[in-house]
Amino acid sequence: MSLKKKQLIKKIKNFTINFGPQHPAAHGVLRLVLELKGEIVDRADPHIGLLHRGTEKLIEYKSYLQALPYFDRLDYVSMMAQEYTYCLALEKLIDSKVPLRAQYLRVIFAELTRILNHLLAVGCHAMDVGAMTPFLWAFEEREKLMEFYERASGARMHAAYFRPGGVAKDIPFGLLDDIHIFNNQFSTRLNEIEDMLTENRIWKQRLVDIGIVSLEDALNWGFSGVMLRGSGSKWDLRKTQPYDIYSDINFKIPSGTNGDCFDRYMIRILEMRESLKIISFCTDNIEKGLTLTEDNKFTPPNRVSLKSSMESLIHHYKVSTQGTTVLSNETFTSSEAPKGEFGVHLISNNTNRPYRCKIKAPGFNHLQALDFMVKGHMIADVVTIIGTQDIVFGEIDR
Amino acid sequence: MYNNKLLLRSLINYSKILPIKSFCVYKNEISLSVGLDFLKFILVFLKFNTFTQYRVLGSITGVDYSYNKFRFELNYDLLSVRYNNRVKIKICTNEIRGVDSCEKLFYSANWYECEIWDMFGVFFIHHSSLRRILTDYGFVGNPLRKDFPLSGFVEIRYNENQKRILSEPLEFSQEYRTFNYSNPWD
Repeated sequence: MSLKKKQLIKKIKNFTINFGPQHPAAHGVLRLVLELKGEIVDRADPHIGLLHRGTEKLIEYKSYLQALPYFDRLDYVSMMAQEYTYCLALEKLIDSKVPLRAQYLRVIFAELTRILNHLLAVGCHAMDVGAMTPFLWAFEEREKLMEFYERASGARMHAAYFRPGGVAKDIPFGLLDDIHIFNNQFSTRLNEIEDMLTENRIWKQRLVDIGIVSLEDALNWGFSGVMLRGSGSKWDLRKTQPYDIYSDINFKIPSGTNGDCFDRYMIRILEMRESLKIISFCTDNIEKGLTLTEDNKFTPPNRVSLKSSMESLIHHYKVSTQGTTVLSNETFTSSEAPKGEFGVHLISNNTNRPYRCKIKAPGFNHLQALDFMVKGHMIADVVTIIGTQDIVFGEIDR
Repeated sequence: MYNNKLLLRSLINYSKILPIKSFCVYKNEISLSVGLDFLKFILVFLKFNTFTQYRVLGSITGVDYSYNKFRFELNYDLLSVRYNNRVKIKICTNEIRGVDSCEKLFYSANWYECEIWDMFGVFFIHHSSLRRILTDYGFVGNPLRKDFPLSGFVEIRYNENQKRILSEPLEFSQEYRTFNYSNPWD
């Protein structure tokens, strides 16, 4: 009795595993269903929504100022960058001017936030790939930066420091000197981290030619920020669509040639160095002045005039209870957050609450393309690619 | 502020070629209102034409104007890296009419359309895998519609006897107070 040929052919199915919601390398709550053919990934299906907090719905029920702290909590590693975009959007709707000193302060803190974010990105990426010490060094530097946040606003992480019309309070005496001291020692720290990683054979083997994205694909998938610059484009919103005083500052934009994970890692390190230059320019050129616009229809007046002037008292009462009434308009404003282009689509309707506030997170576009980037790589490369995309679930799930 | 003068000057010419219902300019943001049937045509034109080259779809926003007949308005944010320009395309639809999916054209539209399906209930025709992404696995309802309350309809708690999670209708000891007066003396 001979067996027929079709009975001899075994059918092989792909092996599906759950790179579960609780995983040290999954950067938050990511449920990734991987279909594997041996060790090679055939398809990756990210399930998001495990951190969905209903931020957009909640914002519709709060006044404009009450909605501001929600933005801190979206991308919880680079807090002030989101507040910055929201304040820019609101200022566009209210049509207000920001005083010069406030612009300098905002740019200083935005660049400090960029360094904060890239330290965590590079540190956690290195830890996921296997190098454990740069993570601890990076977090020590983050502690120093969070001390600056705390001295300026009172909170180490979720500062709620940027307000529409400027910043909440002026910085304490001596903070700029300490930022200058931090600047001087930070490039040595970066050199230490780079010594450990950049020329390392193992690091290069794990990162070069992994997750290559061509420029055409990057544009099609809606990448922005470091992911887009890694593929060769020199697109940076601080240069092309500048806001505040970025148009006066001289800084370079690093971009990659190969479009792989190693290029993106190098771009993050170089961006940290460029941020140092921006911060030192601002601390050299900042002058005394107002830090919040005087237009008290939407910003609270200062305590001195509150206690002496009747008009300030009335403004303070109105702003604290009712908030500002914004005329019916809509705007889409975006700024260069450390992870990419963070956009806020704000629609107002003649009341003191936003009608709709849509948050466009850069990580959403990046994580969509995970399936495309991971095809044909092995499981260990999935971890590398998630790390290079700099995914934080607060902004993806909102 | 980026300069939209190039597009502003050519808007009148574009409105002769493209089937736009209306356009609106606010500071330097331009938005084109388009009929539902011409969406695909306009997106293809804006993506591939040499003088527009809007190759990046940033995001798709859904808004619920519950008092209108076509209550859902979708905004497509397009960005041109070549000309440093942004434009918004708006379409209006209601709960029943589906919208043509532009997933094959702009890959980034994939999850944005899933999110709008999840949050508003707008169907996208020819989408490869339209499913709930942000809400819970067995969730019923579309949260971002204006008639969906802030607290939802069900609450989830763990039952010790049955040793599992139960979804039960809401029980609040106090109603949610919206301090919704535009005048503090109300």
